[in-house]
Amino acid sequence: MNKLISYEEAVKKIKSGSRIMVGGFGLVGCPLGLVEALAKANVKDLEIISNNLGEPGRGLGMLVRQKQVKKAIGSYFTSNPEVVQAYQEKELEVELIPQGTMSEAIRAGGAGLGGFYTPVSVGTKIAENKEERILNGKKYVLQEPIKADFALIKAKKADQLGNLIYSKSARNFNPIMATAAEVVIAEVEEVVEAGQLSPEEIVTPHLYVDYIVVKGGN
Amino acid sequence: MNVKHYIAARAAKELKNGDIVNLGIGIPTLVADHIPPSIRVFLHSENGILGVGPSPDQDQLDPELVNAGKKPVTIKEGSSFFDSASSFAMIRGGHVTVSILGVLQIDAKGRIANWAVPGKSVLGVGGAMDLLEGSKKVIVTTMHVTDKGEPKLVKELTYPMTSERKVDLIITDLAVFAVEEDGLQLIELAPGISLDEVRQKTDAPFRIAESLRTNEVTV
Repeated sequence: MNKLISYEEAVKKIKSGSRIMVGGFGLVGCPLGLVEALAKANVKDLEIISNNLGEPGRGLGMLVRQKQVKKAIGSYFTSNPEVVQAYQEKELEVELIPQGTMSEAIRAGGAGLGGFYTPVSVGTKIAENKEERILNGKKYVLQEPIKADFALIKAKKADQLGNLIYSKSARNFNPIMATAAEVVIAEVEEVVEAGQLSPEEIVTPHLYVDYIVVKGGN
Repeated sequence: MNVKHYIAARAAKELKNGDIVNLGIGIPTLVADHIPPSIRVFLHSENGILGVGPSPDQDQLDPELVNAGKKPVTIKEGSSFFDSASSFAMIRGGHVTVSILGVLQIDAKGRIANWAVPGKSVLGVGGAMDLLEGSKKVIVTTMHVTDKGEPKLVKELTYPMTSERKVDLIITDLAVFAVEEDGLQLIELAPGISLDEVRQKTDAPFRIAESLRTNEVTV
């Protein structure tokens, strides 16, 4: 059971039209090597679920610049002016979700839930067209779970089984995205023998992880 | 006097020992510089840190340690890291004591707009709605008028509302307002500011507290 593959082998699995979660808060905790490999691959019409779409020409911004992204689902895209431009030119669809609702929807997707009611966004533009419900006298809106065909995530270290640990604020969306996609590919700095990571420190248990790519490797 | 630091210093006076505090971008970030040494508060950053410390020196920058404004930070003793879903569960679940946020507009009821500008593409909301919904107490820190001199405290919002939830306290360079059941109440004037000036630069109606005073915050 060898989960180690190369960047090329990883992106070969991804076809045009795929729905892909990508970890990271801006460029921090984004699997930049996998994204770069995707930018070199001949895939388009991608649906990207990520908090942001990188910066101009950097991270997921490369895919935007090359018009490989059809739709983006996330919470904050204004930090990349090329996303705003692509949206205005109708080259890119955007679905905006509050960051807490988005992260919980991914968690729900990975945890087998049919959705949840959240008070966040009630009465605002973002809640238009969402089912509203009053529970114990308080207003909530329904949020459906978010799942994907692929999750591309970044971790600090993996063991050979695929157990993962993260680094500081580069953890962000990565552990939850690891639970919510059909195929999960983790880009890591280093791979160690099974048993080298303490069971107490493992954040993502190996059952979530399908493939591992070592950063900078082939 | 640097007015932004004055606003931040006034906001810092609201913090209590043991508070879990989330600071927004802009003036709220400056609050960290004015926390009295006599109290210990814990700064929460929604990208997954509890226990944020001061900005690092240039030679100690860690690319994997940033705050929600994507600026480099440090961590304090006893800090922890967690994923985004856990971080927002803390916020939504009422475990963050105080959020200090910037705004575009505040209406007569104390509701705010701080995420989108009409006429422009609405492509970013981030954690604004979550913080407003879930924080136990919300303090707004803002300049009293916009760069063009237009009042930020308005009768009705012309920008998209962030939440139906009202904020608790509004601190500007000119005044402090408490948000009450029946609307805004002016409770303090900034040093050297007259009531007339506040009236002139405020579009929203407000009551004047009997105890109205000029505060003594200096920076």
